[in-house]
Amino acid sequence: MNLLDTILVGIKEIWAHKFRSMLTMLGIILGVSSLVAMSALVKGMENGMKEALVAMGGLEKVRVEAQDDLPVYQKHLADQAPGLLMQDVHALQSGAPLIENVTPIVEQHGYRSRINITYRNKLARPWRIYGTWPGILELEDHRIEHGRMFNEIDNEMARSVCVIGVEIRNDLFGDPEKTGKEIIPVGEVIQINGQPFTIVGMFEHYMTEKERKEKELARLEALKNPQPQGGVVRDKGRSGSGPSGYVFRLKNNSVFIPLQTMMIQFRAAAGADETADPKLSGIYMKVKDISVLETALQQIRNVLQVSHNGIEDWTFRTEEDLADGIQLTIANFRMSGVIIAAIALVVGGIGIMNIMLASISERVREIGIRKAVGATTSDIFIQIIMESLVIALLGGFMGLGVSVALVHSITTFTPTENNPVITIEAMVFAFACSAMVGMIAGMIPAIKASKLHPIQALKYD
Amino acid sequence: MALVELREIRKTYHLGGETIHALDGVTLDVQAGDFTSIIGPSGSGKSTLMHILGCLDSPTSGSMSLDGVNIHDATPRELAKIRGEKIGFVFQFFNLLPKLNVAQNVELPLIYQGISSRSRKEKSMHALKLVGLEDRAKHRPSQLSGGQQQRVAIARALVNDPRIIFADEPTGNLDSHTGEMILETFCKLHQEGRTIMLVTHDPEIAALTPQKIEIRDGKIALDVDAKLAGKESRFKLRGSPEPNP
Repeated sequence: MNLLDTILVGIKEIWAHKFRSMLTMLGIILGVSSLVAMSALVKGMENGMKEALVAMGGLEKVRVEAQDDLPVYQKHLADQAPGLLMQDVHALQSGAPLIENVTPIVEQHGYRSRINITYRNKLARPWRIYGTWPGILELEDHRIEHGRMFNEIDNEMARSVCVIGVEIRNDLFGDPEKTGKEIIPVGEVIQINGQPFTIVGMFEHYMTEKERKEKELARLEALKNPQPQGGVVRDKGRSGSGPSGYVFRLKNNSVFIPLQTMMIQFRAAAGADETADPKLSGIYMKVKDISVLETALQQIRNVLQVSHNGIEDWTFRTEEDLADGIQLTIANFRMSGVIIAAIALVVGGIGIMNIMLASISERVREIGIRKAVGATTSDIFIQIIMESLVIALLGGFMGLGVSVALVHSITTFTPTENNPVITIEAMVFAFACSAMVGMIAGMIPAIKASKLHPIQALKYD
Repeated sequence: MALVELREIRKTYHLGGETIHALDGVTLDVQAGDFTSIIGPSGSGKSTLMHILGCLDSPTSGSMSLDGVNIHDATPRELAKIRGEKIGFVFQFFNLLPKLNVAQNVELPLIYQGISSRSRKEKSMHALKLVGLEDRAKHRPSQLSGGQQQRVAIARALVNDPRIIFADEPTGNLDSHTGEMILETFCKLHQEGRTIMLVTHDPEIAALTPQKIEIRDGKIALDVDAKLAGKESRFKLRGSPEPNP
């Protein structure tokens, strides 16, 4: 008996019991769709977390940060601790060949340091204000939308220039979403704690993939049915909450000024003898290649051990922990998803096996007739397996359709931080699972059917 | 060499510790072209004999060949192949598949021989013509009368052009008039040169066949030679008392 005939017989058999077969398929449909939907949700989550990781500068970024607390065995050396200084930057630049873009940073916490930015009668509180080098652009994955980044000359001359995030612009000059026009504040002079700074550039509006899509959607809808402009517009509050949204909002609420400017204008009164406090908050750098991360860290360690006389008043931070955390979280979610889907598929498989057993005990006589007219044991075996497989594959196929609908409705009714993404791999895997379930579930009924003795089967009522 | 040769065939069953000798040393030959009836009361072993002859069952001991092929040591797979290619069955309860239409039922033996769909259709139509049911090809078995169903079963038995046809009480489930028509069909097939073995408990039906074998307690009681029953006398014999030894 050729395969096509067998499949046709299987489909006819299923068609003859439409309702029963449909109910049986339901188990597989649920299994496959939950497998695909779960993997889509996890994929969406993973994408969101990776997005945040990239926004922080990626895995290659290494941060050396000042640490006030010395290790216990060095507590007595606390007063000799030099802190992170420019000399460390120069030492790293010349002493650690596996790293590049060594960039010193002085960071002021906007709220803690009571930094006020004013423009005419408007006030903005930045989350952070950084004094740094232009290299930070690459390290933190910043992109300038209008104007330019301050350059090395601005730094050398300690010019009063700044580059601001979009939220600062919104606070000082107005939000384009509310005023209806995009204000480019480049060239305007703002007061940072009373000192005039010229805005030379503004970053682009950083947002998560989801926010971007929502904006796009809102824009399209606005085009379709334009709302009358003017009047008081309701503030819809800040969007983009959640762990990955934080990174983007922090970046939108930051102000960058040249390091020298920071040192002279904001640190002068902080140090002893009315000299500028030379301590850096951190030194950021990039490892040339992620594969030599360990070696590069050792180089940094060696250089800083020398320049700090062995006093460990500094610490490393890489994004590895975050990356590992992401991996672990994703693995956990994926595991629980797979378990749920696997249970659904097993239940579906049991359903198929049950119905196939019922079906063959109804068809003992038919099997006897088929054997009497020349069907071999393997013909019967293949026929039953095929029927089971056809049920499972039809169920799997419908399950894929259902999963698309399911994921679509999840995104529509309960928008999450990250849009679920259905991957081809997940679909292929789920479909293969349904095929496997069909095969395994059909195995016992098929063996039972094929082992029937023709005479006993013919006598069966 | 005979078409079917049975030598000392024994079949024993074990039922609850008791050993039953369904067949106890049966030796017989069936020549090509024979029309043989196997008669005997129920429990005599005639059905067991037919199952063994029809390669549905294997004997416990003894040797058997069909068309020159040894059957007694064939595997189930080989038996299935022989059933599909060399044997046609007609059963008392027709045994048609209710979900398939008449033509599909007739095609069934060909499916398992891997014959192409087009050639299957031709052969099944040809077989239906032989039993005069070509206009019922698209009907379901349930839409046919008992006699028509049995003729479909005969068409199914004929479709693979078998070397021998076995019929197990083919008229047992039909009224006498319809049964007569079925027997006529068998006679016609016999005249066309086919080999037929017919199991019955009815001596009147057995009287129609040129050869008769009577089974009693698993043994052959009587083997009537072909010459005893002339073809012309078949229908005259019907209804008249049969000398029964």
